[in-house]
Formats: sequence, structure tokens, C-alpha cells
Amino acid sequence: MPKDHGIGASPKRREDLRFLTGSGRYTDDINLRGQAYVHFLRSDMAHGKINGINTRMAEEMPGVIRIFTGADFEGIGGLPCGWQVTDKHGQPMQEPGHPVLAQGKVRHVGDPIAAVVAESREQARDAAEAIEVDIEELPAVIDMKAALEDGAALVHDDLTSNLCYDWGFVEENKAAVEEAFQKAAHVTTLELVNNRLIANPMEPRVAVGDYDRADDESTLYTTSQNPHVIRLLMGAFVLGIPEHKLRVVAPDVGGGFGTKIFHYAEEAFCTFAAKQINRPVKWTASRSEAFISDAHGRDHVTKIQLALDADNNFTALRTDTYANMGAYLSTFAPSVPTWLHGTLMAGNYKTPLVYVNVKAVFTNTVPVDAYRGAGRPEATFQLERVIDKAALELGVDPIALRRQNFITEFPYATPVAVEYDTGDYHATMDKLEEIADLKGFAARRAESETRGRLRGLGINCYIEACGIAPSNLVGQLGARAGLYESATVRVNATGGLVVMTGSHSHGQGHETSFPQVIAEMIGIDESMVEIVHGDTSKVPMGMGTYGSRSLAVGGSAMVRATEKIIKKAKKIAAHLMEASEADIELKDGQFSVAGTDKSVAWGDVTLAAYVPHNYPLDEIEPGLEETAFYDPANFTYPSGAYACEVEVDPATGKVTIERFSAADDFGNIINPMIVTGQVHGGIGQGIGQALLEGAVYDENGQLLSASYMDYAMPRASDVPFYTVDHSCQTPCTHNPLGVKGCGEAGAIGSPPAVVNAVVDALRSAGKDITHIDMPLSPARVWAAMNG
Amino acid sequence: MYEFEFVKPTTLADAIAALGAEEAQALGGGQTLIPTMKQRLAAPAVLVSLTGIEEMKGVSIGDGIITIGGATPHAVVAEAVAGAYPALAALAGNIGDPAVRNRGTIGGSLANNDPSACYPAAALASGATVVTSNREIAADDYFQGMFTTALEDGEIVTAVRFPVPEVASYRKFEQPASRFALVGVFVAKYPEGVRVAVTGASEEGVFRWTEAEAALSVEFSPDALEGLNVSPEGMIGDLHGTAEYRAHLVKVMTKRAVAACIG
Ligand SMILES: Cc1cc2nc3c(=O)[nH]c(=O)nc-3n(C[C@H](O)[C@H](O)[C@H](O)COP(=O)(O)OP(=O)(O)OC[C@H]3O[C@@H](n4cnc5c(N)ncnc54)[C@H](O)[C@@H]3O)c2cc1C
Repeated sequence: MPKDHGIGASPKRREDLRFLTGSGRYTDDINLRGQAYVHFLRSDMAHGKINGINTRMAEEMPGVIRIFTGADFEGIGGLPCGWQVTDKHGQPMQEPGHPVLAQGKVRHVGDPIAAVVAESREQARDAAEAIEVDIEELPAVIDMKAALEDGAALVHDDLTSNLCYDWGFVEENKAAVEEAFQKAAHVTTLELVNNRLIANPMEPRVAVGDYDRADDESTLYTTSQNPHVIRLLMGAFVLGIPEHKLRVVAPDVGGGFGTKIFHYAEEAFCTFAAKQINRPVKWTASRSEAFISDAHGRDHVTKIQLALDADNNFTALRTDTYANMGAYLSTFAPSVPTWLHGTLMAGNYKTPLVYVNVKAVFTNTVPVDAYRGAGRPEATFQLERVIDKAALELGVDPIALRRQNFITEFPYATPVAVEYDTGDYHATMDKLEEIADLKGFAARRAESETRGRLRGLGINCYIEACGIAPSNLVGQLGARAGLYESATVRVNATGGLVVMTGSHSHGQGHETSFPQVIAEMIGIDESMVEIVHGDTSKVPMGMGTYGSRSLAVGGSAMVRATEKIIKKAKKIAAHLMEASEADIELKDGQFSVAGTDKSVAWGDVTLAAYVPHNYPLDEIEPGLEETAFYDPANFTYPSGAYACEVEVDPATGKVTIERFSAADDFGNIINPMIVTGQVHGGIGQGIGQALLEGAVYDENGQLLSASYMDYAMPRASDVPFYTVDHSCQTPCTHNPLGVKGCGEAGAIGSPPAVVNAVVDALRSAGKDITHIDMPLSPARVWAAMNG
Repeated sequence: MYEFEFVKPTTLADAIAALGAEEAQALGGGQTLIPTMKQRLAAPAVLVSLTGIEEMKGVSIGDGIITIGGATPHAVVAEAVAGAYPALAALAGNIGDPAVRNRGTIGGSLANNDPSACYPAAALASGATVVTSNREIAADDYFQGMFTTALEDGEIVTAVRFPVPEVASYRKFEQPASRFALVGVFVAKYPEGVRVAVTGASEEGVFRWTEAEAALSVEFSPDALEGLNVSPEGMIGDLHGTAEYRAHLVKVMTKRAVAACIG
């Protein structure tokens, strides 16, 4: 019987009551007394030299309080980059400045030029239209390869080129990889694009800056996945506000998907301006603004080659990738195509030699940074596509080819620096073959053919590195932050617990799943546990939510703090029962003395801690509150196998997903329902990338897909009912819960399955097609078939 | 959005008078005009809502003619003509989403004449008559290119009259993002002959595919179209499909519409 509470149970998400009844409290719901509104005048040109900004007329407009330009930010810091990559020659990346408001040049459509603060939003916008800007248009650099050619216009005049870095990994292996390719019996080559995506969380970004002159304290309310990180970056690097004078609150956040990790100009602006005008300043992005100011994701152009020996063993892999950084370095941008991508190129396979080259390029486009999966989808996509292509070329079964090359012994040190602690790739593949009913595919294909449809089957595996990450390791790799997590567990006198966690929840369900862990540890009801997050004045410290790290890192910190609580509570219990601490057992919310019938309840002990009449005051302090910081020893390595079945309408090129099955290994699972939901959402986004989504710039740097009229988001009707299984569980060996993380898996594992399936469908009609670039829109599929 | 005045007359006469004001503009369901105003791409000084005018609302059916008031929302049409003209009902019932269908009106759609909109295909294929505040315009004369119609300034579409065909079908191939028609083909068979109207495809807006009409009037079957081809010349090419792709889809969707008619 499934459990009804604690670890492994699936209670309904308690936060959904407020989300589904419209009683959530989002940043845009925050309205402060005397608040003013800001409208950003943004560049409609991709690249240009600012000759002058005349705000005189605009300042006379009704309601205008003050107009800011780049000049107001001289001497104030720019937006910092949180990760420094070292190139293959040992040199640090080129790191351009990123002013809050443009200084000297505009570098992408959407770059903020001026900010009008007014009594109302409409007045601010009216006045922005009256600002006269004299911008001399410069040639825009859009295509990455063209950007690296001699004579290309420079996005940043103070850099030597548009190359951010040329990264080689592992540089020492390069010669051995070349040699293995010389000796290979077969080499498969594939060139592909990992399409640029726009995250489009349902809630656009919002920032409200506030300043209290009496206390000289600043507060920022913002749509962020990591308020403490924003406090650190904005306080220390941009505005020079010490952390004790700066509070950052990220209340309910309506979806992040990575794009709300980063520190944005609008946050710094609102905080800065609030102090300048001594009034709260609010900014709410319109959807149109979101398209040209939220960091985009992916955008890689890759050539991948796989070498195999005569027995079809993978002997070496090499890749050449161009990764678009956009016009500025967003907070974690440099890490995505390198450490979150190169380290995953071994995938689930024992390929002994891997060499990854990545050229990161500046272009006159919106900055690109982490988006659900961040680097790992890019790695998985190219690897799983090239393996499928190799299977085609060799005429072997794609599943058999994968199985033959699976890593089977753990721990396994890959040739790309990471060590997988656990996994069982045959088990997930076995499970997939079962749940996807692969045996029944031939009959389903025949049935589709009777309706004039081409049916295809695509399968793939994935591995990801989650639970980001050991601080000492990422420090060596260039991270300018630690990646631990903290939790404070406060027990009240009457036994209830409040957990203050640095893991922000913006849809992941922490408010439900985290209490399940504590309920299990103490043996009490989940309703006795409350989760607090998203406010730097309440939570001691936090590195935030991304990289599927909340449970593995934030949850582990919570476990550690709870262990401290239990240890102290046992001391109190021992005192109350006049027993030895070593004999105290905690079960079902009762402390008992081993081998006796003596017991005291959890609530008796918590009460004693706060009403310490009968209490070992000479040994321990009253009260019951503990804090723990947890820094993981390694990444976690969720893995799985996915299968997609599509139908293609050969007359139109339209692809429909008929079946999608996912067999994942997430290690131990706290709440299976939430995990299923995370996988569903991830696959939905992966299908979106594979079939629908794509940010497209024209050669002048205008974003053609700048609204929902042209940027296709997946809808319910675009996805099938999924078959999801997470019964294969190889627990993580190095965190206390044995958990691995499930937030990104779906988005990482699904695009190659979809593309593999479409290629398979088209080949069933005799088309000699080995690849089509995403999104596989009807027009592209039709063109490929008729090309 | 810029500031504007809002009036909601209850009679056609008052609406005509109100539209005489400087920079006045008619407002139907606002599903096109309001987003345009929010983007500050339109700035009427006065908005004259037509949805309070009873005589412009509703559907009447009689003598082989369906008359739809110019201010009738798509959702009402979808329900009202389901029995009398199923292809038209299906078209109306598949425009946008429920919010769009409950606000957007047939008059607004025809006045706007978006090159990817659905109603223009129905009106042209049905040989409908556009009834305005001062005349009646045959569909063949009404559509004059992308976003261009025979309407004069201040002229209101008060009703649209559709002769009911023997059989008809609308096949819409959706643009993946907007779900407007990437190519939509409306085929309607009348005793006098078959009419085929194509939306979404041409840079000239909705048009009649006359070769297909001729072939289908001789033999009403998908096979009759076999030898015909649409030239990509003048077709729209954008990030959702090339001119060649659209030209190809015109034939595919026409065949499917015919097949649906006889199937
Ligand atoms: C999300 C979304 C999806 C959509 N999908 C589709 C689709 O799939 N297919 C499709 O065909 N359409 C689609 N539309 C458009 C929709 O059908 C609109 O309702 C229609 O284009 C305009 O009708 P309206 O009544 O809203 O007109 P409004 O927006 O009010 O007005 C549009 C124009 O027509 C003028 N006007 C309005 N009524 C009259 C009148 N009676 N006489 C003269 N002039 C008038 C106005 O002055 C204005 O210039 C979609 C719209 C949205 C927002």
C-alpha cells in the first residue's frame, strides 16, 4: 500500500491551494505607499553608437519624477558575471562591462537606454516617447561564425575580438583523441544547431525597489530563483550596499526555468532609483519586454564526431561548438557551454577519450544563459543524435549500440573530469522497453500507414549532473560563488517546526515535499512543518534553486539541521526520563528508552526546551533551533532512457507526438506525484524545443519571434499523455537522503527522442534523411522531405 | 495605450454619427484593435463600440440565406449555424481561444481583413454579401488585399449574408505560434458551381483559386485537382514557411476540403 505520509507518499501540494485560487502573492501584487513607476526606453537597434540623449522635453511631461540615463550610473558598478572560464591557453575569458543603462553604445534590441520614473506607468511610457535619442547605427553582428571573422564589427570596442573564450576540454587528451580517430574503424559526423529558446515563464519579471531613509536600508522585491545571490551580486558589485543594509525578497514566483536566476539591470535600477528619489520604484515587464530582456537559452552550433572500432565500441568523441553569449555576459553564462556541458559529453557511455572545444561568442543579441537543463540538454542532444546516426550508418539497432557501450561499473570516472557515483543504465533501458511497449511498435506503425501517416520511434538515454555543486570544485572551475545551501530549523514550544531554507520554490513544491522529510525523521504529521523561503531577512543564507539542486543540497542542509535538533531533543528527553542519552530512541514522535516502556512525546520535549523548569541547563541551552550548511561532496547523476513515437503527415510535414515514455533513475524519491509532475513539465518543454520553439533574429538583429504570434509555445494539445516511471532507483551515495534531482531531466532527455523519432519516420518512407534541425516545424520537415 | 474617449451607442444611427468625429474608430470585439492600441501602434481619439447595437447582433436563417449581424461574436455564430451551415460553424468555432471567440466579431474580422484570418475565406468562398451602413458589397469586390477592403472611412459592417451551399468545408493548417491560418482553404459547392477561397497564403490576402473552381465544378473530387499546381509567386514567405511550402499547402488543403465534403 502506498504510504500516506512521510517519504514516499504523494500528498497533494499544499501550495496549490493559493496558486489555483488566485491567492498567491507575487511581486506584482506588492504595491508600496508612494510608489512610482519606471518605464525603460529600450533600443530598437541591435548595435549603435549613442551620440546623444536629450531628455529635456520628456522631463516636462506630466507626472515625470526623474529620468535616468547611463550617465547617472557612472562610477557605479556594472552587472557582474558569476563565473570566469579559463581558455585553452590558460588565459581568462574576455569579460566586457555590463552597465545598468547603456553607456556609449547599444548592443542588442532591448538594451535599456534610459529609465523614466513617473507617477504612473502610462505617464512614464508617454515621457519615454518624448526622449530624443541620437544613435548612429553600426553593423550588427548576429551570426556566430561571422562574428569571429577578421574585420567583423566589435560588440565591445574594448575587447580584442568577439571571442569570449576558446575552451578546450580536456586539453591534455586532445592528441590521444586525434590518434583514436586515426585508428577508428568508423567515424560518424553530425552538424547540428541547438536552437535558441526564450523561457517565457507565465509571470513576467517584476522588481520593486524600496528605501528606508530612517534606517538607511534598501529592499528589493523581485521575481528571482535566488534572492540571496541577488543580494550578494547587487549589493557587493553594483550598488555598494552591505548585506546587512539590503534585503531581497522573492515571494511567490510564477515559474523561472533558469531565466530568473540571473541578476538583471532592472533590479539594480529599481533599488538604486528608490534611494535617489526616496520613493519606492516599481517595474513590471510587459510580455513584449520579456522577449527582449529576459536571458535566452541554448543557441549552440555544433559539429560532433564519434569514433568506433570494428566491434562498434565507442573509442573517442570530439565536438566543436560555437556558443552564443549574446551582447553581454549574463550571470552564469560562461559556465553553461563549458562546465555544465563538456563534463556531460561522456553521457552514459564508456567512451575512453573525449575532447570538447567550445568557442563562446559575443553577438548583438539578448544575453544567453541557463535555461532548464543548462548545457546538459545541449550535450545530450548532440551525443544521442550522433549515436543514432552511427547506428543508421552501421545498420545496427540503436538500443543495442547504446547498451553495448553503457557504463556498468560505479563509481565511474569519466574522461571529462566527473565521477558518476551510481547508476544502472541497463535497468532504465529495460524498464523503458517495457513501459513504451517497444514490441508493439511495428503493429502501431502498420496501423499509422493505413491512415497515410509515417510513424517513427526514437529512443535515447541521458545523464545529467545535478545537485550543483561542491564549492571547492566549482571554485577551481571558475565559479565566483560557493554552491552550498543552508537551512534553519526552528522548533516551537508546542512542537511545530518552521524550516527556513535557502532553496527557493517557484513551482517545485518544496512546501509539500520538504515537510515530508521532517515528518519522516521525527515521526510527526507534515502539517506540523512550515517552509519559509525567499526572504533574505528570514533565511540565513541561500544559493537558490537551479540545477535540480533543491532537495539534494537544500534538502540535505535541512536534514543536517534536523539531525542536530533531534540530537539535542534526545538529550532533553534523556533528562526528562532520567535515562542515558545513548538509550533514547525516536519513533512516531515518541522518545523512548530502549528496553523499557518509558517514553515522552515530541511535544513534551519541545515544551521543556522552552519552559526549562526541569532541564539540564548546566549542559545545554534552552530553545530548539539549529542551522546547518551543506556543501555536497559531488554532483548527483540522475539518468534515464526515453522513447518517443511520432506520426508525420507526409503531405504537410506536421509532426504529432503519439506516445512518450520516460524511465528515470532519480535515486530515492520523496514525493512521487511531484516527481511525475516535474518530469511532465520537463518533457513538455523538451517537446517545445524539438517541435515548436525557436528565437529567430534577422541579419540586422531584429528579433522576428518577438511575440506569441511568432514564438510557438507548446500547448496541452501538442503533447500526449506521458508514461512516466521512476521505479529504477540507485540512491545517490553521498547525500543523506540518497536523492538525485528530477527538475531538468525531462527537458534534457526529450529533444533527442523526438528528433530520432521523426528521422525514423521519414526513413520509413525511404527518405535518406539523417538529421533535421530543431524546431521540427511542419515547414522544415516538409522541406527536408522534398529537399 | 494612449488616452481615448469611449462611446457605446445603442443604435446604428448614433454609431454612424459618433464615427463622424475626428479620429474616431469602430470597436468590435477589440481582439485585434485593443492589442494594437496597447502596443501604441494605433491611437484613435474616440472608440465607438458596436456591441451595444441590438440590430447588429445575432443570426437569422431563412430562404437559403444566413444573415449574421456585424457585431456577432464567433462563439455565437459557431452555435447558431451548426445545423444550417456546419462548415461555417466549424470555422467560427476554431478561431483563437474561447476568450477570442466570445469577444471577436465577424464584422471586425472582415473589416480588418488580416491575410491569415479565417472569415474572409468563408465569405469569399460563399459569395457572401457584406452589408454596410450605406450599401451592399459582394465579397468578390470587398477584399482588396492585405488589411485592405472596399470599406470607406467610418463605414460599418452591419451584417453579412451567406448563401448556404450544398456542401462545404474549411481546412485550416495552423501557423504553429499564432494558430491563425498558415494556409486555410474554404471550398463551397453551389448549384451554379464550386468556389474555392484561400487565406493565409498570398501577399494579396484572401483569393479565389479559380483553376481549382473550374476543375471541381466539372468533377467534385480531390482527383480533379491532381494536375493543378499553385505558383509560389506572390505567396507569403516567413519564418513559418516559404512561398513554395504555402503554395504546396494550398493544394493539399483544397484536396482535403473536397475530400471532407464528399466523405
Ligand atoms: C489570440 C488570438 C487568436 C486569434 N486567432 C484567430 C484565428 O485563428 N483566425 C481568425 O480569423 N482570427 C483570429 N483572431 C482574430 C479575431 O478573430 C478577431 O476577433 C478579429 O480579427 C477582429 O474582430 P474584433 O471584433 O475583435 O475587431 P476589433 O479588434 O474590435 O476591430 C478590428 C478592426 O475592425 C474595425 N471594425 C470592428 N468592427 C467593425 C464593423 N462592424 N464594421 C467596420 N469596422 C469594424 C475596427 O475599427 C478595427 O479596425 C485571433 C485573435 C486573437 C487575439
